[in-house]
Amino acid sequence: MSADAQLLDLAAGLFLLAAVAILWRRDIRAQTTWLAAQGAALAAIAVILGADQAHPELYVVAAGVGLLRAVVLPALVRRAVEARAEDRESAPLINVGASLLAAAALVLLAYTVAQPLVRLEATTAARALPVGLAVVLIGLLVLVTRRKALSQIVGFLLLDNGITAVAFLAAAGVPLLVEFGVSFDLLLAVLVLRVLAARMRAVFGGSDLDEMRELHD
Amino acid sequence: MDNALMNTLLLIAPIAGPLLAAAFYALAGWRRSTAHAGTAAAAAILASGILLAVRVTRTGPLDALGGWLHADALAAFLLLVIGAVATLACAASPGYLAAEHATGAAASRRRYGILVACLLAAMCLGALAGNLGLAWIAIEATTIVTAFLVGHHHTRAAVEAAWKYTVICSVGIALALLGIVVLYDAARHAGLSEATALTPRVLTAHAHALDPAVTRMATAFMILGFGAKAGLAPLHAWLPDAHSQAPAPVSALMSGVLLAVAFTQILRVKQIADAALGPMFARTLLLVLGLATLALAALLLIAQRDYKRMLAYSSMEHMGLITVAAAIGTRLALAAMLLHIAGHGLAKTVAFTASGHLLHAEHTTRIDRIKALANRRPALAAILVAAILALLGLPPFSLFASELGIARAGFAAHLGAPVAAAFLLALLAFAALARHTAAMLLGGDEPSAPGGRADTAVGAARLSLTARTPLITGLVAVAALGITAWPINTLLNLAAAGGH
Repeated sequence: MSADAQLLDLAAGLFLLAAVAILWRRDIRAQTTWLAAQGAALAAIAVILGADQAHPELYVVAAGVGLLRAVVLPALVRRAVEARAEDRESAPLINVGASLLAAAALVLLAYTVAQPLVRLEATTAARALPVGLAVVLIGLLVLVTRRKALSQIVGFLLLDNGITAVAFLAAAGVPLLVEFGVSFDLLLAVLVLRVLAARMRAVFGGSDLDEMRELHD
Repeated sequence: MDNALMNTLLLIAPIAGPLLAAAFYALAGWRRSTAHAGTAAAAAILASGILLAVRVTRTGPLDALGGWLHADALAAFLLLVIGAVATLACAASPGYLAAEHATGAAASRRRYGILVACLLAAMCLGALAGNLGLAWIAIEATTIVTAFLVGHHHTRAAVEAAWKYTVICSVGIALALLGIVVLYDAARHAGLSEATALTPRVLTAHAHALDPAVTRMATAFMILGFGAKAGLAPLHAWLPDAHSQAPAPVSALMSGVLLAVAFTQILRVKQIADAALGPMFARTLLLVLGLATLALAALLLIAQRDYKRMLAYSSMEHMGLITVAAAIGTRLALAAMLLHIAGHGLAKTVAFTASGHLLHAEHTTRIDRIKALANRRPALAAILVAAILALLGLPPFSLFASELGIARAGFAAHLGAPVAAAFLLALLAFAALARHTAAMLLGGDEPSAPGGRADTAVGAARLSLTARTPLITGLVAVAALGITAWPINTLLNLAAAGGH
């Protein structure tokens, strides 16, 4: 195994570890730290692939991804948390033990589902690809089981990091213009969600999603 | 003028026009004199839709900006529908905003103008995108700009609806992105270049080289993901909330065309999947989603107590029917489906706009609080009834012709059982919609009821000419389409044949 391949495995491992850590920590501020670590791991994956495939365009993408996902987005969530102390708990519907067990099952599921993609090409990157899919599934788990507005934003970001990881590991990323557009949309979506979370506090007096029961049939 | 330049201009105009209108609102604000800038932009979309339709039927598909923008018959048709619905909805907007008594009205109206214009630009980009990645960006952009339009009223219900809308649609559409990424991987391994690996027509042409297992995975993700934005089960929960809380003209745009723009991406995905995997895979998936959506909509319509939610569930019912038609997938089915998209778009625009007038006049969205509308507000009642009759699929409106076409196509394609199930569910929805509407029109007219006789003399009871014009124009258009579809016949057939 070459040094590049080991580095790639290390980065992919850190990427998955960060997702599991987000499930484990209940404090949303600690979750944003792990989100930043995950963003950095994602940028590292892009750099390693760029060096490996002599694909200098990937360095530009890595810089952009690093800036957005390791710095800007976690900082946006963190600043929103610090505005109000009582929003720090992520209020999971299931306890940490059950969450971690579910995550283990989801990782297995991701490895099964990703088989056709892994078979497509026998590279280290393709073998690490199920990690991206596992993070997508863990993101969905966070979205479904956490009942605070801000922890849903965290889940959404996990989901999106996972998709970006799949894109890098499968095909060294989508075309630059598409990647740029997707990142811009993501940034705007998070800004919109932050404003809505603040509005929710103003009208509901909290950001607990179970308070929202105005609309039903 | 140079032909290539003319094509480029025609493809850019529907996107640039609304963006100019948005910039104009940002600079000049929303005043009586500027209120119709959005209508002008919408009319520009309609005009370029007509010009594009003529060019596409005469000379075939057009490209611009190195293939990033692409107009085939389907895109031109969609642009016509966007233009028509947007013109009606934007023409009705000043009246709607004038009638609502919001605090901080000037700023809120200006934001409304900017966001609606941006929504139009994003929808046109979604229709004209020549690349799945760009189409995805446009569809996600529609979610971002409409989030604050759904939350326009700042009430608890509006904030809740806006939150659910943004989270569910962003997550749903993220699944579509995952599908696009996976398909891109398959395309690169099939030897396509970076620039063309997300272009639907190139993918369809090289479909035999795509890995079948990976393509199946990609298709499932994309259909589920774009289906979330098109109001299909299982990610539909945002729709009744968002469509009922948004201001009426925005509900009209979201229900009338935004659903269709998202659904068009499913059609493009289906073309690729059919070429790579044969028709069964996408057909089965679409039949399941379509029937599930129809069943949910029909059941929830029966016990509905809110007329705006009733219209929202009716949109889900029609999207379910459109999905079943797409699943049938023959030329006749697709032509009928496109006609249905146009008819539903126009009729739902009239229905939602009329529901806005009703809300301003009666101050309630509860069906059981509104009685004897036919006596008290005959003009509004007549328009609402006509729109509902159109939505129920009765002649002379075009939804009658398109539903008949879908049924015929289904039986001709030996899909009798699922099509019969779909129409049974549609019949259930028909009965529920008819019963609720009749309850609002007739019913006991007690003077003590809120909004009863006491305030019939108030000005709001009368529909002004400017309020009436877009409503009647829309109804006449649906009826005209039902009597003869000749102006768009060639375009419909070309789009149904899948000519890129």
